[in-house]
Amino acid sequence: MSSSLSRRKLITGGLSVAGGADGLAAAARLADRYGLIPPDSGGVWGLGETLTYACQRILTSPLSMAREFSRGEISKVAPVSGKPPKTDPYQGLLAGGFGGWRLSIDGLVARPASFSLAELKRYPSSAQITQQICEEGWSFIAEWTGVALSHVLKLVGVLPQAKYAVFFPFDGCWDSLDLQDAWHPQTVIAYGMNGKELPPDHGAPVRLKVPRQLGYKSVKYLSRITLTETMKNIGTGLGSSQPDDGYSWYAGI
Amino acid sequence: MADSAYIPGLAVRGAVAFDKPRHSALVRITHWIGALSFIGLLAGGIGILVSHPRFYWGETGGVGAPSLFDLPVPFMLGGPPGWGRSLHFQSAWVCVLNGLVYLASGLASRHFAKDLAPAKRDLTWGSLRRAVKSHLRLERPGEEQALRYNILQRIAYLLVIFVVFPLMVWTGLAMSPAITSVFPALVTVLGGHQSARTIHFFGTIALVLFVVVHIAMVWRAGFRRRVGAMITGTEGI
Repeated sequence: MSSSLSRRKLITGGLSVAGGADGLAAAARLADRYGLIPPDSGGVWGLGETLTYACQRILTSPLSMAREFSRGEISKVAPVSGKPPKTDPYQGLLAGGFGGWRLSIDGLVARPASFSLAELKRYPSSAQITQQICEEGWSFIAEWTGVALSHVLKLVGVLPQAKYAVFFPFDGCWDSLDLQDAWHPQTVIAYGMNGKELPPDHGAPVRLKVPRQLGYKSVKYLSRITLTETMKNIGTGLGSSQPDDGYSWYAGI
Repeated sequence: MADSAYIPGLAVRGAVAFDKPRHSALVRITHWIGALSFIGLLAGGIGILVSHPRFYWGETGGVGAPSLFDLPVPFMLGGPPGWGRSLHFQSAWVCVLNGLVYLASGLASRHFAKDLAPAKRDLTWGSLRRAVKSHLRLERPGEEQALRYNILQRIAYLLVIFVVFPLMVWTGLAMSPAITSVFPALVTVLGGHQSARTIHFFGTIALVLFVVVHIAMVWRAGFRRRVGAMITGTEGI
């Protein structure tokens, strides 16, 4: 009785393991098709990264909005981590009031282009009072003014095979977003903060603002944006410079 | 006098079948996976915390803003926060999935109702006071008593399973700007992002205290036998 029971247990156990492996492979294929696998899905932490990214992508819609606040809730202090690049070309552009600065957009776009700060400011402006949440634990609320990234993406015409928008800054902390976040209405190329020009410490002349992710995804000191189908050929292929320092590519939590 | 080691009403309640495992296989497996994931969560959480060992209340807080309290450790940037984060969330997934299996099986097998729900007669002040006294005196439980959970154990386990763990998941998710874009109430009812972080910290303290007391009690009751029971299922008396 007990031996037949344990044999049955063994068989069903074996079957469920085999079925589990099969199911896992099928799930991985499906997840990849629906864009649920992050670029840093390999390695020791890949399982956690993938589960977090996939679940949050399923849960969030392209229109779910990061919480917004009132003017009265704007923080008195806005801490920063890191300092502006001390070297040229950044220092030269800063000295010239960013008159010579241009943001170039290339890659999988129909009409590669570059924009001056004045041109960006002429486009319809988008303002948001949202939180900047650092992975370390601190946070502040500020008002960011800029042009929606989606506006610029429409101008250059994103090709259908593009899957990521990659952001290259002057400080080397490059990063990328999937297209759900790139097209998101709150994803902004910000040139103003709390009613003033964006200060150098906060990423002048423009920074990305991605309020549905942690602060480090809001890339400062932007220089170039490129659209790509795969992140494999950029840097170490993990989607961002962050995984090289141990941080996740996706930072929705 | 040896009888004072027993908590009346809990101790001898008829002979318990010895061939039945003290802990079911599922409880044993989920116990150890849970223990490992807790170590990962704690180590990862400390890794994140050391980059900013300071707490606030409300929505925001940072260097230059008034803090609620500071931990007596220096700010440590780079290194631990990176892997701490990855370790924390990977362990969180293991912990949550493992916890869901444990919950589902505990409900289906009526483990919670049969073994953990306190009996009404044990919930009197007198009974509770006796149990606390006996624990404070670090009295060794008797053989028979070792086969069923006492009232303080039941209350502690139920609090951890149904109050503290859900609170940790809740306050953890409340710190996610993506999650709160879908469920803003998760964080607003707590009073804000920094409040969620502070509550998450106190939940950690509660869990660490629980684990310390848990291990102390296991040690007092006979470390090898109790740990053996949680591995093999039987006491081996």
